[in-house]
Amino acid sequence: MSDTQANEGGDRKVKRFMFVNRKAPYGTIYALEALEVVLIGAAFDQDVSLVFADDGVYQLKKGQQTKGIGQKNFSPTYRALEDYDIEKLYVERESLQARGLSPDDLLVPVRVLGSAELSVLMDEQDVLLSF
Amino acid sequence: MAVLHTTNKSPLQTRDLESCLRLTRPGSGILLMEDAVYGALRSTEASARLAQAAKDRRIYVLGPDLAARGFTPEEVIDEVEVVDYGGFVDLVAEHHHVQAWV
Repeated sequence: MSDTQANEGGDRKVKRFMFVNRKAPYGTIYALEALEVVLIGAAFDQDVSLVFADDGVYQLKKGQQTKGIGQKNFSPTYRALEDYDIEKLYVERESLQARGLSPDDLLVPVRVLGSAELSVLMDEQDVLLSF
Repeated sequence: MAVLHTTNKSPLQTRDLESCLRLTRPGSGILLMEDAVYGALRSTEASARLAQAAKDRRIYVLGPDLAARGFTPEEVIDEVEVVDYGGFVDLVAEHHHVQAWV
C-alpha cells in the first residue's frame, strides 16, 4: 500500500490538524514545543496548518539573535517547514497590526487573514492544538 | 535608595506590567526583561503607557532579550534605556532591593 493510495483512498483518512500559536518565543517553552509536535504531525502525512495569533506572531519575527540569552535560535525551523510539506501558515491580521508589524517583518511567507476568516478555517479542522 | 522592579511578561498578553506601573513610586527603577521587552517597542500599543510612566521613573530594557526576539535598540522608545547584563548587575547594586513581578 503506497502512501498516495492510502491518502487518496478511503481506508486511512487524512485528518486536518491546526496548530494555534499564541505565545512569544523564548519566554516560555510553548513555541518550541509546538514546532516539535508540528514536525511529528507532518511525518504522519496529515493535513497540517499553523496559525499565529496574539504574541504568537512574534515567533516569526525576522532577525532573532539568541546568543546573548544562551538559548537555541529555533526560528530557522519555520523556513524549513516547507521541506516537510507544511505550507499553510496563517497569521491573524489584527494581531500583526496591534504589534506594529507587517508581513515584511516575518521570516517566512504567510497568508494574512482577518479574525473572521480565521474562525471559519478553525471550524473546518478535525483537530485543533493550542500552544 | 529606590526599589528596582523587574517584569518579564508580555504587556500585550498579561496585566503584569500594568500592575507594576500602578504600584511603583516615583523614583523607582523598572527593568523589562524576557517577554516584557515587547512593551518597550515603538511599534506596539503598550508603549504610550510606558512613556507616560517614564516621566517620573527610570525604565530599562534588557538588550540580549530584545536581540533574541529580533529587535534592535533603535526600535525602542526614547524614554527607555537599553542595558546589557552588566548594566542589570549595576542596577541591582544601585537599588536597595528588587521586586520581581512574575
